[in-house]
Amino acid sequence: MKRLCALLVLIVAASSASCAAPRMPLYRFDSFTTANGLPDNHVFSVLVDGDRIWAGTENGLGVYENHVWKTYTTADGLAHRAVLSLALDKRTGDVWAGTMGGLSRISGGRVDTFTQLNSGLSNDVVYGVSVEGENVWVATAAGACRLDLHTGQWALYNERNTPMNEIWVYGVDATPTKVYLAVWGSGLLEFDQKTGKWDKYDDPDGENEMVLFKDQGLIHEIVTSVSYVDNIVWAATYFGDSRYDGRYWHNFLTKDSGLPSNFTNQVKGLDANRAWFSTDKGLAYYDGANWAVYRNSLTTGTPEMTVRDAQGKVTAVAVTTAPAHNYVLGIDFQGDDIWVATAKGLSHGIRQHEGK
Amino acid sequence: MSRFFANRLSATIPPALCGVLLVLLAAWNTNAGVRAATHNPRSGEHLTYASPVEMLFHPNQPRLYVLCQGSDEVRVLNAATYEEIRRIPVGHMPRGFSLSHDAGRIFVANSWDDTVSVIDTHLLKVVATWQVRGEPSSAIEDREGKHLFVANRVSNDIAVLDAQTGVEEKRLAAGRGASYMTPSPDHNRLYVTHVYPNPTREPTTNGNRNAPQSEITVIDATRAVVAERIPLANIAHGFHVAFSRDGRLGVAAQLHPKNLVPLAHLEHAGAFADTLTLFGADVGKPVEIPLDELERYAARPFGVAIAPDKSSLYVSSGGSEIVTVMNVPRMLAFAHTHSGPNVQNLAASARYVTTRIPVGRDPRGLTFTLDGSKLLVANRLDDTISVIDVHTKRVIKTVLLNSPAQISVLRHGEQTFYTARYSFQGQIGCANCHIDSTFDGLTWDLEPDGFGRDIVDNRLLEDIRGTEPYKWNGGNPNLPTECGARTEMYFWRSETYDDLTLTDLVVYVRSLPLRPNRWRQPDSLLTAIQERGKALFSRPTDKFGKPISEANRCNYCHSGAKGTSQKSFDVGTGKATDNSGVLDTPQLANIALTAPYLHDGSARTLEEIWTVFNSEDKHGRTNDLTKDELNDLIEYLRTR
Repeated sequence: MKRLCALLVLIVAASSASCAAPRMPLYRFDSFTTANGLPDNHVFSVLVDGDRIWAGTENGLGVYENHVWKTYTTADGLAHRAVLSLALDKRTGDVWAGTMGGLSRISGGRVDTFTQLNSGLSNDVVYGVSVEGENVWVATAAGACRLDLHTGQWALYNERNTPMNEIWVYGVDATPTKVYLAVWGSGLLEFDQKTGKWDKYDDPDGENEMVLFKDQGLIHEIVTSVSYVDNIVWAATYFGDSRYDGRYWHNFLTKDSGLPSNFTNQVKGLDANRAWFSTDKGLAYYDGANWAVYRNSLTTGTPEMTVRDAQGKVTAVAVTTAPAHNYVLGIDFQGDDIWVATAKGLSHGIRQHEGK
Repeated sequence: MSRFFANRLSATIPPALCGVLLVLLAAWNTNAGVRAATHNPRSGEHLTYASPVEMLFHPNQPRLYVLCQGSDEVRVLNAATYEEIRRIPVGHMPRGFSLSHDAGRIFVANSWDDTVSVIDTHLLKVVATWQVRGEPSSAIEDREGKHLFVANRVSNDIAVLDAQTGVEEKRLAAGRGASYMTPSPDHNRLYVTHVYPNPTREPTTNGNRNAPQSEITVIDATRAVVAERIPLANIAHGFHVAFSRDGRLGVAAQLHPKNLVPLAHLEHAGAFADTLTLFGADVGKPVEIPLDELERYAARPFGVAIAPDKSSLYVSSGGSEIVTVMNVPRMLAFAHTHSGPNVQNLAASARYVTTRIPVGRDPRGLTFTLDGSKLLVANRLDDTISVIDVHTKRVIKTVLLNSPAQISVLRHGEQTFYTARYSFQGQIGCANCHIDSTFDGLTWDLEPDGFGRDIVDNRLLEDIRGTEPYKWNGGNPNLPTECGARTEMYFWRSETYDDLTLTDLVVYVRSLPLRPNRWRQPDSLLTAIQERGKALFSRPTDKFGKPISEANRCNYCHSGAKGTSQKSFDVGTGKATDNSGVLDTPQLANIALTAPYLHDGSARTLEEIWTVFNSEDKHGRTNDLTKDELNDLIEYLRTR
């Protein structure tokens, strides 16, 4: 009898251990709005530059430093009030801002603006920007382009010299080896920096409305964002997300993963296994097996954090804060902390450690 | 030959006509020369002038190093006797130099070679030559000897090099024409000025011309990033910066043009203000103060030095050929009580200027002896160094740099170009608008066309021989007319040149060579993009197969090696304020450098010539081009 009891205790203990929610990062979110100096509550993009935080909003570019917000506007030379994308040149400290009216460089407080009229920029609607070495790669509504900062020369990439069926380029991620373009309606384009050749990844079923061939290619042709890290491509679309290791594809959909929504505005890979997803229904983190979602409850509106383990079990984690809004447009990292751009404010996710 | 004909002519022809003939003859007769080594048509000698521009004393060796721009060398003098010890050849057209942190090396920025020469101060020879693209103009090492910062005039940036190997690590965006760089006393920061105004933000139109904007780019030398930019409102051209030893006072020499008003009343101080910007803890917010006073101008301030005890400030003025001495406490007191615009106040400088010391021609760099008892002035255009006693404020010695005693035609022409002595009250000279014999990036309203009429962009002077007529309306058939009567009447409003002086000036201007084009490949072959642009430049049909009339092809007006047919055309760029839309075809020499564009400077970039100002395809057929094709065309133009 004693043996039976001991066995039962062991079984219960093992069972309860396997049911415990995986430990996922916990944050306390402090949010900024126009009430505390943010230029506008509609925040398209966020960029961490050491102790400085840049926020691309619908009404100017804000920079938060020493607890004070400063705003760059068109009066300062900014190309347009709506700042869609941001990139940091880590070597020089210059910040590049893609706007609805051109590309701006903020350098030591000076704003230099490049437009389709005054420069070789292909189009004034700049959805994405990425700096790699001496090249600034730009995703625009009329193809992509590359500004060589050394020579000042612009190279344009469009349907004439790449396998781009549509020229609405929504995102770009440039690295020393590869450059990836997220193209609205034309899949994912890959540029090999060494050979100068382009490659293209499409949705294998070509279906807009359904997924016929899961894990066999890009989930959808309407690609909104791309992130390349540790030789892994993470691609976001409005119909689910994808991971590609050079040989195998893996697709993420709400129905079979912890992704809170297929409608994904941005993906940011941390490494080969971990990535963050900005969706219209909250912020999600994937650690290679488990998912965490940070948002305000879709039913009650109260802050919530849910964890979905590899077996699909969902556990709620008690939290008191969430990002400013569930419509998340962008994220960036500051050490263990996270900054979240949303449709109604900018949030600073301060990492909470056990016991705190 | 010119002198011979002059003598013969003067005997038989009325003097006035003789003068004109002499000038025309000289202009026709003299071939282009090179600035450093000038052929003297009067004596037949091949003359090389040192043209000293900067100096530095070695802290541990009894040596004075003199950077000689004309002879492409660094001359080493005995610091006490000023006797020459050694001549060290460096690259072409050196513009700036500095000692390494341990004083073991000197870095020389060779502007036309795109190199930095590294001189070993023990061996007194160049031990390395590093490539730095973009017209390097000054070079300074950080205090750890980790990075060498090089300011580049053409690429408008600061290259950051490994100070031991010369390998370039990155570039920082600076002002347009970045040239002169000064470290703070603790070497934590570098202050960089630039000689051309930054591009304007808003499109320029005749009715809304913009005041020039400049900056002092402040580099964090430890992190090698731009820390901040000190804005210089209304300033077009910045030169040297100096700091007090305590680091609390910074001073920048600069030119403040008055190009937004008609250049009509030089007698009312109408063209330029020669000013300083004071910045740093001693002044708080930067303050601009004038150097000029009525009838006593300090034209083209360049070098700045603050006495070690911070009692006096010294500024060299190339056009006025003086060093202005200011009382620092009185200057600061004025700055504290006059934080607003002081430029119009020609009584201001009398409060703090104590002396104006005449020195040599085109004085440039200043440096104190190590004990601070003397100030040395490099007089570029007479190959001398003026030694000023800081107590008596007098020149106590003039050091000759073993140069030819004879003044060649080119040398005299250059001296004439750079001096302000010919203009009313000595306010301006040719070099005020043609910075270092180039251009100024500004538009001007010249009087003869009427006030507010015919706003004109200032054009580059390089390689202009064979591009006549001159002026945007093609009104001046030759350089003697352009540089003589027109200049004397509308700019100088004072004494006229004598015939020989005008001849020499014209010869000098005609001799100005084309600086190296940085967009061409070393082998002069065009890249694929440039080749595509070249084909567009002369294409006979448009994208739809329709013939482009010969007169509407780029290469019709911009023909020949220099890119001008020397004829005037109406290409649809005339404005309501222009008296005529028929304009001289400008040459294309180094066009990538000379923004803004079009006759009135209304196009801020090459792109805007066509994206904004060619809606009717009158300035060449371009509206059928895609954006990438227009980019190709522009890449080709940059090679011209």
